[in-house]
Amino acid sequence: MADLRVNFAGIKAPNPFWLASAPPTNSGYQVQRAFEAGWGGAVWKTLGDPVINTSSRFAAMHFNGQRVAGFNNIELITDRPLEVNLKEIYETKKRFPNHAVIASLMVEPKQEKWHEIVKKVEAAGVDGLELNFGCPHGMAERGMGAASGQVPELVEKQTRWAKEAANTPVIVKLTPNITDITATAWAAVQGGADAISMINTINSLAGVDLDSWNTVPHVAGKGAHGGYCGPAVKPIALNMVAECARNPEINIPISGIGGISNWKDAAEFILMGAGSVQVCTAAMHHGFSIVEDMIDGLNNYLDDKQLASVKELIGRTVPRYSDWGNLDLNYKIVADINTDTCINCNKCHIACEDTAHQCIDMLTSPDGNKYLQVRTEDCVGCNLCSIVCPVDGAIDMIEIPNGPPMTWNERQAAIKQPIA
Amino acid sequence: MHMNRMKDRSVSLTDLTKNFLEMEPDLTAKEAMDEANRCLYCYDAPCITACPTSINIPSFIKKIASGNLKGSAKVIMDANPVGASCARVCPTEELCEGACVLNDASQPIMIGNLQRHAANWAIHNNAQLFKAGARNGKSVAIIGGGPAGLSSARELARLGFDVTIFEAKDKAGGLDTHGIVSFRLPQRVSMWEVEQVESLGVMIRTNTIVGRDIGPEEILTAYDAVVLAIGMASVPPLGIEGETARGVYDAIEFVESTKTPPMDTHLTGKKVVVIGAGNTAIDAATCSVRLGAADVKMLYRRTEAEMTAYEFEYEFAKQEGVEFRWLTQPIGIIQDEEGAVKGVKCLQMELGAADESGRRRPIPVEGSEFTIEADAVIRAIGQARYVKLIEAFGLTHKWGTVKVDLNTYQTSNAKVYAAGDVIFGDGQGDAMVVTAAEQGKQTAYSIYKQLVGLGMVQTS
Ligand SMILES: Cc1cc2nc3c(=O)[nH]c(=O)nc-3n(C[C@H](O)[C@H](O)[C@H](O)COP(=O)(O)OP(=O)(O)OC[C@H]3O[C@@H](n4cnc5c(N)ncnc54)[C@H](O)[C@@H]3O)c2cc1C
Ligand SMILES: Cc1cc2nc3c(=O)[nH]c(=O)nc-3n(C[C@H](O)[C@H](O)[C@H](O)COP(=O)(O)O)c2cc1C
Ligand code: SF4
Ligand code: SF4
Ligand code: SF4
Repeated sequence: MADLRVNFAGIKAPNPFWLASAPPTNSGYQVQRAFEAGWGGAVWKTLGDPVINTSSRFAAMHFNGQRVAGFNNIELITDRPLEVNLKEIYETKKRFPNHAVIASLMVEPKQEKWHEIVKKVEAAGVDGLELNFGCPHGMAERGMGAASGQVPELVEKQTRWAKEAANTPVIVKLTPNITDITATAWAAVQGGADAISMINTINSLAGVDLDSWNTVPHVAGKGAHGGYCGPAVKPIALNMVAECARNPEINIPISGIGGISNWKDAAEFILMGAGSVQVCTAAMHHGFSIVEDMIDGLNNYLDDKQLASVKELIGRTVPRYSDWGNLDLNYKIVADINTDTCINCNKCHIACEDTAHQCIDMLTSPDGNKYLQVRTEDCVGCNLCSIVCPVDGAIDMIEIPNGPPMTWNERQAAIKQPIA
Repeated sequence: MHMNRMKDRSVSLTDLTKNFLEMEPDLTAKEAMDEANRCLYCYDAPCITACPTSINIPSFIKKIASGNLKGSAKVIMDANPVGASCARVCPTEELCEGACVLNDASQPIMIGNLQRHAANWAIHNNAQLFKAGARNGKSVAIIGGGPAGLSSARELARLGFDVTIFEAKDKAGGLDTHGIVSFRLPQRVSMWEVEQVESLGVMIRTNTIVGRDIGPEEILTAYDAVVLAIGMASVPPLGIEGETARGVYDAIEFVESTKTPPMDTHLTGKKVVVIGAGNTAIDAATCSVRLGAADVKMLYRRTEAEMTAYEFEYEFAKQEGVEFRWLTQPIGIIQDEEGAVKGVKCLQMELGAADESGRRRPIPVEGSEFTIEADAVIRAIGQARYVKLIEAFGLTHKWGTVKVDLNTYQTSNAKVYAAGDVIFGDGQGDAMVVTAAEQGKQTAYSIYKQLVGLGMVQTS
């Protein structure tokens, strides 16, 4: 049994699995049910001046029979009065003193507004604060959420205001709707943030109804962009976490969010530098009980890897993430087709023939059996064939010796060297 | 059983052992992943309710999908100590798969096969899934090491009891080890379950017949509680002439002889008649086919509609080439000069009015006597009871079905609990491995409640 407890920027929790600020954390009833199910922490649905939410508000991207590959929403922050939320936060914390309860906050970009709300939520007993600079719709129109999260100076200034009043750790939640996430992450560090979390949702439109020509979703025949999350956004989120984790100037803990659906996704974020993870869509799709396998699966994984605690996993892959210029240009892998397990669908052949390097030959053996073979000398090791192959293990990408390592940067440096 | 997944259905006449290898192949990793991802992970899922041991099916399937096979196996085996066997022998169409919400929408999830996939992981990795609980100082004797006894023992050990199983045969596992045909349940699967129970410190005294090698009195005084899990006995006699002829078999002993090599070759090319149309009769008939018999007939005095075998078993037997003779009542076995079976004398029947069981009573057709040629006859008309032993314990019973309080599984002697086939009948339960497992579990919890006390049952 590995130790799953975390101490994230001073916020202690029984495990790294937290619910992200979103509908699952809208009320004390829900957060308490989540803690009973095993969640280690919860970031309360963003508090602020209560707003009116629209109906409808959600839509999803289903992919080839699997529901909710991606999820889209035009919901805003909490629609319940602050006092009610504060009372429920207090009660929840009292019932679950060892679980992390974090208040997500969003107010107008004014110093006194930040001071006021920070004091109120801390008085209710929260373990930490998360500043929501990421909501991509609705709030931005009022100069809040992504509108301030996209401007590094505003991030820095508001983080500072929150920090001025805060006694508990301040996490700054970043919007992905920006070219370079490290710019706003760095601004948060400058503002004194104790940690950052990412990502909030990505600007999106889920679809268009081909019969009515309405957008999906629509509100009385009109649509507006929403925020995208769920499994589809995981690679985007993972990169953003990794970029921040490997940046030496962003030296504060990171809470990873975006498309985390099971313990494997979580372990990947942790390896990429996340000290805790947050989940929204997967819980909305399947209910709170999914955390049981997240805990069990991570535990078994750590046991397998002979790691005594989850802390030992954090950031282990970060040193292996770098710039393109540091990749070994002489590293060469080629595809190798295992004819024993291949089911002859020929998908690798046509993928390579039409859209890669035309190096998988369709051959017939002397006894009349069709088989496929890679012309190794022409293969560029792009992985496309193994990506489209439906059979696990039918295509191996194998390394072949190809001279000493040489990166682009080393090559450029070598070219600049005067010839002796 | 999923007929469409059986790959090689041919019967080899040269290598009979091959005919008894597990017929339905394991799911491939891809099949398991595709199928696991098809499960909806229902809330308050009906499949769980339909499983007599209440395995958390969506949970173990989700764990297959997430690649947590150890966790998956643990969910299964936690609820069902013989979950690897059940994955292969449960009539899933009638249980979990029959209740799956996808039945009408598309195809039910192959719960049994996914359960087998996860349990296989544990078998192949020889994973020790559970630990014995801290000793509580109490001891329990379990009589019979079948599914009911093993299940009770496993839970009792986890609850800290000192457990001894008395088992008549040389191997524990009961009918899982000895009685269910190998091509559905290989013996090694059942033996793995036995080892899992032994690894919790449970002592299994094999080759020990209670009532012969050790008496009820001795057991009752030496242990704090006793679980009677002796199952049912051999097939009763048909009560017809010629029954002792050479070539007349008890179906259970017959199937048992096929569980371990070498296979008996003397039925190859022969004519076999099976009397009865229940689950055991089907197993005896299909085993005969797989021993190379040329012609296998099943005789039943009622019709297709009244037979107790499951639909899938009937379907399977037909596909194996077994011939069904309905409304056929055997009245005598004909033997040759050497005393070997030559044929079966029968009467044609017709259905009359309904009897007390609600089924129409078969009545003989006047002057319809005829003979069916046979080299072997297999009796498969149900199982007798261990009435003598039950009475030696002084327990109340009805025709050998031990009476229990279904809330506590206590018999008429409060110190003696009973589970499994020994309490089947007279409106109590079903004769299935999975019900035996559940009842075994329940005896353990009940004993814990009576002997250790209140509070929640906590296992580790
Ligand atoms: C041929 C056949 C096929 C079947 N197929 C299926 C199937 O496909 N699916 C299904 O769910 N169920 C099936 N069943 C039913 C299932 O096997 C039983 O319901 C189940 O095994 C009952 O478990 P049990 O532990 O009560 O009894 P058993 O499995 O009968 O175990 C009882 C144990 O007690 C031992 N014992 C008996 N007397 C004594 C004594 N005096 N001292 C010590 N030990 C003793 C026996 O040796 C045996 O090991 C089948 C049964 C038969 C006969
Ligand atoms: C319906 C909905 C409402 C959300 N509301 C908030 C919010 O109030 N505050 C916030 O910080 N993030 C909000 N989010 C974003 C989530 O907290 C999370 O960052 C995002 O969904 C990515 O995680 P996921 O892929 O696990 O869903 C919301 C997301 C959804 C789907
Ligand atoms: S999920 Fe619940 S709240 Fe939402 S539309 Fe359906 S019933 Fe209404
Ligand atoms: S894609 Fe895979 S399975 Fe299909 S032909 Fe190529 S190697 Fe074989
Ligand atoms: S009912 Fe079917 S789909 Fe639903 S959880 Fe059970 S197996 Fe999965």
